[in-house]
Amino acid sequence: MPFVKEEYDICVVGAGHAGCEAALACARLGFQTIMFTVSVESIALMPCNPNIGGTSKGHLVREIDALGGQMGINIDQTFIQSKMLNVSKGPAVHSLRAQADKAEYSRRMRQTLENTEGLTIRQAEVTELMAEDGIIKGVKTFSGASYYSKAVILCTGTYLKSRCLYGDVVNHTGPNGLQSANHLSESLKNYGIELFRFKTGTPARIDKRSVDFSKMQEQKGDERVVPFSFTTDPKEVQIHQESCWLTYTNGTTHEIIRKNLDRSPLYSGVIEGTGPRYCPSIEDKVVKFSDKERHQVFIEPEGLYTNEMYVGGMSSSLPEDVQYQMYRSVAGLENVKIVRNAYAIEYDCINPRQLYPSLEFKTIQGLFSGGQFNGSSGYEEAAAQGLVAGINAAMYVKGKEPLILDRSTSYIGVLIDDLVTKDNREPYRMMTSRAEYRLLLRQDNADLRLSKIGYEIGLISQERYDYVVEKERLIQQEVKRVQQVNIGANAMVQEVLKEHKSTPLKTGTTLAELIRRPELSYEDLAEIDEERPNLPEDVKEQVNINIKYDGYIRRQLKQVKEFKKLEKKKLPEQFDYDQVKSLRIEAKQKLNLYQPVNVGQASRISGVSPADISVLLVYFEQKNRS
Amino acid sequence: MSTETIAAIATGMTNSGIGIVRISGKESFQIIDRIYRSKKSTKKLSEAASHTVHYGYICDGDQVIDEVMVLILKYPNTYTMEDTVEIDCHGGTLVLRRVLETVLKYGARPAEPGEFTKRAFLNGRIDLSQAESVIDVINAQNDFALESSLNQLQGSVRKKMKQIRSKILHEIAFIESALDDPEHISIDGYGERLMNLLEPLSMEIKDLILFSENGELLKEGINTVIIGKPNVGKSSLMNALTGKERAIVTEIAGTTRDILEEQINLNGITLNVVDTAGIHDTQDQVERIGVEKARESLTKADLVIYVADSSIPLDENDTKILHLLKEKKTVVLLNKSDLPQMISEKEIYKIMDEKAKNIPIISVSAKEGTGVKELEETIKELFFHGKISYNNEIFITNIRQKAALQQALDSLMMVKKSIEDQMPEDFFSIDLVNACESLGKITGDSVGEDLVNEIFSKFCMGK
Repeated sequence: MPFVKEEYDICVVGAGHAGCEAALACARLGFQTIMFTVSVESIALMPCNPNIGGTSKGHLVREIDALGGQMGINIDQTFIQSKMLNVSKGPAVHSLRAQADKAEYSRRMRQTLENTEGLTIRQAEVTELMAEDGIIKGVKTFSGASYYSKAVILCTGTYLKSRCLYGDVVNHTGPNGLQSANHLSESLKNYGIELFRFKTGTPARIDKRSVDFSKMQEQKGDERVVPFSFTTDPKEVQIHQESCWLTYTNGTTHEIIRKNLDRSPLYSGVIEGTGPRYCPSIEDKVVKFSDKERHQVFIEPEGLYTNEMYVGGMSSSLPEDVQYQMYRSVAGLENVKIVRNAYAIEYDCINPRQLYPSLEFKTIQGLFSGGQFNGSSGYEEAAAQGLVAGINAAMYVKGKEPLILDRSTSYIGVLIDDLVTKDNREPYRMMTSRAEYRLLLRQDNADLRLSKIGYEIGLISQERYDYVVEKERLIQQEVKRVQQVNIGANAMVQEVLKEHKSTPLKTGTTLAELIRRPELSYEDLAEIDEERPNLPEDVKEQVNINIKYDGYIRRQLKQVKEFKKLEKKKLPEQFDYDQVKSLRIEAKQKLNLYQPVNVGQASRISGVSPADISVLLVYFEQKNRS
Repeated sequence: MSTETIAAIATGMTNSGIGIVRISGKESFQIIDRIYRSKKSTKKLSEAASHTVHYGYICDGDQVIDEVMVLILKYPNTYTMEDTVEIDCHGGTLVLRRVLETVLKYGARPAEPGEFTKRAFLNGRIDLSQAESVIDVINAQNDFALESSLNQLQGSVRKKMKQIRSKILHEIAFIESALDDPEHISIDGYGERLMNLLEPLSMEIKDLILFSENGELLKEGINTVIIGKPNVGKSSLMNALTGKERAIVTEIAGTTRDILEEQINLNGITLNVVDTAGIHDTQDQVERIGVEKARESLTKADLVIYVADSSIPLDENDTKILHLLKEKKTVVLLNKSDLPQMISEKEIYKIMDEKAKNIPIISVSAKEGTGVKELEETIKELFFHGKISYNNEIFITNIRQKAALQQALDSLMMVKKSIEDQMPEDFFSIDLVNACESLGKITGDSVGEDLVNEIFSKFCMGK
């Protein structure tokens, strides 16, 4: 008999980016939470790229922050370079990306976790789930200890039955040589959970002293840094920044790779897992895009107190000797010393269609999951799911309705809906093109979109919420005013227009009309706007965007209204769609399999036609009335 | 429940010459205001009292489409429990179509099969006992309209649509990959390039719209060749088929086909009849041309009706023609059954050999009108297994496809405007996606996964 038996409200399995957000959310909402990790040193580890954010991922971090998560705050405290990407494009695709001091990122997050009340950290490998009659009861660890809880959140990342590969070398470990978790998969299978085998990869880490930076282009951070978190004072992030460096592969590099392809486990068939297309290994790039003469390589620092650097763009699973040849063929890396080899990693994850959009398993009540375990990839995608899984585990224990973010509210909503509704056969990465209402889901308005939800859940303070409410009021008031301000075609106005290379006015117009001109902005027209109130920067930014892109925004709002109608039509849980006689057979099968929560979700399942949706609407209307 | 305003022809597409176009939804009155003119007053119909009838004209800009009676029905006392307008048209089938097209042009979208009834039900108008029949309507019509709409397209048209769509998709993928990976893929100066692409793309879509207006988008009706020697009674047969109750719908001098064609509506089935008179002539050269012509129209035919005069024996020419028919869906008509019979079914089967054993042979008398009913039944059986909803559905599909093409074109115009307004590149893809979605309604594809696949297969991204 195992002697350890403890009780908690919620167990979190894993301490990566998903596990951290999940555990913090649960504990902050007042639940006794225990977080398991195979190694306390690996809390909030960044085993791949040394940055947080990037296109669409930056949006996720902003949203996590607006809902009361930790990732944004943590990166603001530990970044060593920051850049707003796509600034020459529209506001919807502006994306923040920061280089992290990896060790510091991890240490800070660990410190936050350690000092959160109600949160226990435990180094142990969870080997078994305990569930009875489809209800979760807790977990068991390798030592045989039992931890009983009302909810369990699985955030095992890439650790399940993981193995790392390069050439013919196979290590049965998790990332960075950490201990893998070899038992939990069996337990999951025993509960009827369907598993996928996915793979991903990472490039080598090299010694800074062996790099000739004179042959590379320096990539500096932004002059004025914008923080991730809405709670961070912008003044605090104007720090000294480290540089990244750009170099390129060349014909020789590609030749080396081609000659040795047969030695790559990817091409020899040793790797069974499905890899992500968006994050191809250098082998893949050379093979798939054989017409490209060179590929970009970014050399990025891993932190302030290490000489290790990350070779962005050259992930690989080629043998060690080929890695040396290949890296050394790149300009500036002629004498490079490898600290850690590049490798591919294979791991077990679930088919995420087994989850509700709340991230609870359809077949086991109280069991939630998040992160790479759900078939996604990326730190930000993981953190976003971890936060939602954490919130919903807490809601479940409280007996409250789960938080379901729909596609019109957030990238997080798009991410989760895609995972649980679509047929995912490769690690899922967020992309701005996946968000159909992206003009509304900007990184600059994440606080306006989600703070209310975060506040109602209990993760956003009254003070912070009040600030957002006031901000919203100021924006609306100013937008209204700007639309009504008349501008005459007088000499002063023409002078200002001339200054900005804008066509002079023939007759009077409104201030709003002028702001819509591509060469002008709200800020540019301050001089000719005498009644302008003194407003904070973030309010001015919103006024400018709202006026400038008014027509497009209104069109998307109209689409959202249409979209919401089907989202509001709820479908029963565990419903037998064979009862609906008029559905086509394929639709019945898919609906039974996916068990969508509402008609909107049903309409996005492939194999369910518009006519099937009509049938569903009529069927349930009929049921409601009788 | 829905904010979208829908429209359709509420009466069947019979050739009675009178029909009703029904509009339902929030914008019904705004739409009718845009297209209704009255000689007597300038009053807007949106301000008219509910359940009143108004005499006037439906116009597309300055062009008068039809003289009509308009019925204004205000929410909630209508069939769908939404604002409803019914336009009572008098100008025949083609005009009815044009009225509907005008309504669609000015803001409505084509109703899905059974959608008025669906709305009526969902808005609480129809009682519960009818729910099953509502579902049946949706299903029965859906089988045909949605699933086979792509199959109804002319092969070349379908190919063209797919091509246009994939070109647009490629541009979206380029924009999106550049937005997603700005450090790898540059999009500088792209607006100008895209502008140059929009012109030919718009022209191609315009061509397809023109096609649809000429009814050439779809394999509308059954391409039928009536073949036989002169004086076997083809003309009188045609007359029998197109008698009083079966009016000739249109007479198109084919622009793409060089043979004169007639469209016959046979109780809901459209036959595009090709006249092959002149297949037999005494002068050799003409005969050769005649046979070639017949052969050519036979290759395009879905159905061949071979007419023989059963009062005179078969000759060499009949044999020649019968050999041409073997592989086609064929009906053999033995005309002049009112006269003494000189041809037997056996003889025909013998000429056409074993394979043709189950070709129907029908005795008719065009003069007395006997056997025509049997011919109709046979054709129905051959093509629809007894179902005759074909004609209506084809028409509805055509309307829907034209509307989708128009939307795609409008979206491309929006892209053009975005470029002219110097909007950032990510705005271009908003309307490019819309254009793609519209075309996808016809080709049956959705943008989501297609786009992701295009991005990853064509553009090298990522770390």
